[in-house]
Amino acid sequence: MASLTARFGPGLGGTILLLVGLWLIGMVLAPNLMMLDFSLRPNLMPNQIGTDADRYTLANFIALFSDSVHRAIFFKTVWASALVTLTTLVVTYPLAFWLAKIATPRGMALALVALIIPFWINEVLRTLAWYILLAFNGPLNAVLLGLGIIAEPVRWFGDFGVLAGMVYAYILFMLFPIYNSISTLETAQIEAARNLGASTVRIHRRIVIPHAKAGIATGCVFTFMLAAGSYVAPALLGSPGSRWFTEIIYNWFFEGGNWNRGAAYALVLLVLCMLVVLAALRVFRVNLADVAK
Amino acid sequence: MSHSVDLIDIEMIFGQVRAVEKFSASVEGGEFFSILGPSGCGKTTVLRLVAGFIQPTAGRVLIGGKDVTGSGPHQRPTSMIFQSLALFPLMPVWENIVFGLEVRGIPKAERRKRAEELLDLIALPGFGYRMIHELSGGQKQRVAIARALAVEPQVLLLDEPLSALDLKLRQHMRAELRALQKRTGVTFIYITHDQSEALAMSDRVAVMSAGKLQQIATPRELYANPATSFVARFVGETNEFPGRVRGVSDGIAAVETRHGLLKGRAGPGLRAGDQAAVYVRPEAVSLETQNDNRIEAEAERLEFEGAVAILHAKAQDGQAVLAAIAHRGLGQAPVSGGAIKLSFTPAEALVLAHG
Ligand SMILES: Nc1ncnc2c1ncn2[C@@H]1O[C@H](COP(=O)(O)OP(=O)(O)OP(=O)(O)O)[C@@H](O)[C@H]1O
Ligand SMILES: [Mg+2]
Repeated sequence: MASLTARFGPGLGGTILLLVGLWLIGMVLAPNLMMLDFSLRPNLMPNQIGTDADRYTLANFIALFSDSVHRAIFFKTVWASALVTLTTLVVTYPLAFWLAKIATPRGMALALVALIIPFWINEVLRTLAWYILLAFNGPLNAVLLGLGIIAEPVRWFGDFGVLAGMVYAYILFMLFPIYNSISTLETAQIEAARNLGASTVRIHRRIVIPHAKAGIATGCVFTFMLAAGSYVAPALLGSPGSRWFTEIIYNWFFEGGNWNRGAAYALVLLVLCMLVVLAALRVFRVNLADVAK
Repeated sequence: MSHSVDLIDIEMIFGQVRAVEKFSASVEGGEFFSILGPSGCGKTTVLRLVAGFIQPTAGRVLIGGKDVTGSGPHQRPTSMIFQSLALFPLMPVWENIVFGLEVRGIPKAERRKRAEELLDLIALPGFGYRMIHELSGGQKQRVAIARALAVEPQVLLLDEPLSALDLKLRQHMRAELRALQKRTGVTFIYITHDQSEALAMSDRVAVMSAGKLQQIATPRELYANPATSFVARFVGETNEFPGRVRGVSDGIAAVETRHGLLKGRAGPGLRAGDQAAVYVRPEAVSLETQNDNRIEAEAERLEFEGAVAILHAKAQDGQAVLAAIAHRGLGQAPVSGGAIKLSFTPAEALVLAHG
């Protein structure tokens, strides 16, 4: 804080501090406190507001965990998001390594263009592309049928569709942190390990992954949070059996008209995401400052 | 006896860059062999070819008489110490040192024991549990050496390992490296751009320039009889008097220079009419006047360096001349700006064609 005023002078420094403070209070703190307030009140008719019935209660939270369907969808969202994260990691890590250490400048430019251009399109439209690809009468089934790999069309929508759509949607959020951290690894270390006889697996296990740990943790946290909070992919590519927790929240707000219940559900999701971040930091033994880098 | 290394007509081309051309050298088993040359001349490339990180575009690499061209770095009995050391910062010192043994599936208890022995060898006992960033530059250096020696290589490849150290430590490490090499008997191929380092440590030195081999010789031979003008200029201090060869007889060439006719031992393949230069070391230049080669000059300044003093003088056309004069010769020390006569014998001068 002192360094801020030292660098920009009291006028500008103070203004920056004020704006940051306003932003934190207005955009972060206030909405979340309102959500908390909502979630702790029962859903009442307008004429009941302010009466005895308008009391703080945990009923909305209890409702979530006593409703077996909602509870199941909540836990399914947790582990499916974890699966999305893991799959994205498995797909992305070799790519990130290749980009950081092996690719020629040309190959790298081509790969980055191919990866980034689709992201100029809005997420909904990108997911629609998958919707078309994976449709029952769509091109994927047609190709597989034509090649004789499958005998009849497969219903891709559902868990598979959601997984594919999400892995694709969040790949860059995993790629860039990992790519960044691998590219700071001195290539000579890899060569030294190889020179000492290490196999490719060992080089990754002992040298590259420990070095890229913060990047991997960051990528996993991003991907998990995006997946858990995702709405478009499950809505378009899912099936009734692959409902996502966000869809339930949406329904409480906009169809059930029960904002209080919706707020409680949303808060549970928020707390879950925070727990995952903390757990990931613990597992990877990195601290927040490393991740912010 | 450790393995020998033979490089036969090696050529390495990276796209447009000819990094190494027609390079042949035979390193004997147990030899301390240096490769000396200015930055960018292809030294690291030669070393990486020996290690197997890259494969030559032409030529062959033999280690211990066996053709290893085409095999990778883990299939060769070589171990490399990188210009940057490339220690593993996330492992403690002892794991760094025995990483090569871990790879070979040696059990942990044995690895620990071996690490202790190697730490003793590099005079860092008890440092096993430090992290790399807790070591000084010289200690890191030694850990890198221990890590490379742990896999018991036949040939140790060192890429300017001392360049990051300060002068004092560098001189100390030179002696240590040399002693270590004698003690282990491992063949060392040592890269440096520092000519005094190469001369001080090596059994033999190969001098490179722009991807080409200039000369392979013992340090004394290199200093006394450089084969090319590049070597003469690069190794040690020298005075250079360019001109045209008037004639060669009995191995003595006479060269027409701006300072008159100068004579010296004729270098290889020198003929009358060639563009050439007379090279003479500062310590061969004296203030006595009875020698055959005489140059008129003007004294500029005298620098005392203890045992000798270096006289900076200017000859005709502003040509700088250096003379190293021993203490006992200083009775007749010239004053700044005074006219002096410098001279040297033909036996101590060398005439080399312009290369
Ligand atoms: N992988 C590569 N691709 C293209 N050119 C390369 C490659 N490696 C080296 N070169 C080129 O080959 C030449 C020799 O490089 P090298 O690294 O062998 O020099 P060096 O003698 O070790 O220099 P220094 O003393 O600065 O380390 C340089 O011109 C360099 O740019
Ligand atoms: Mg080099």
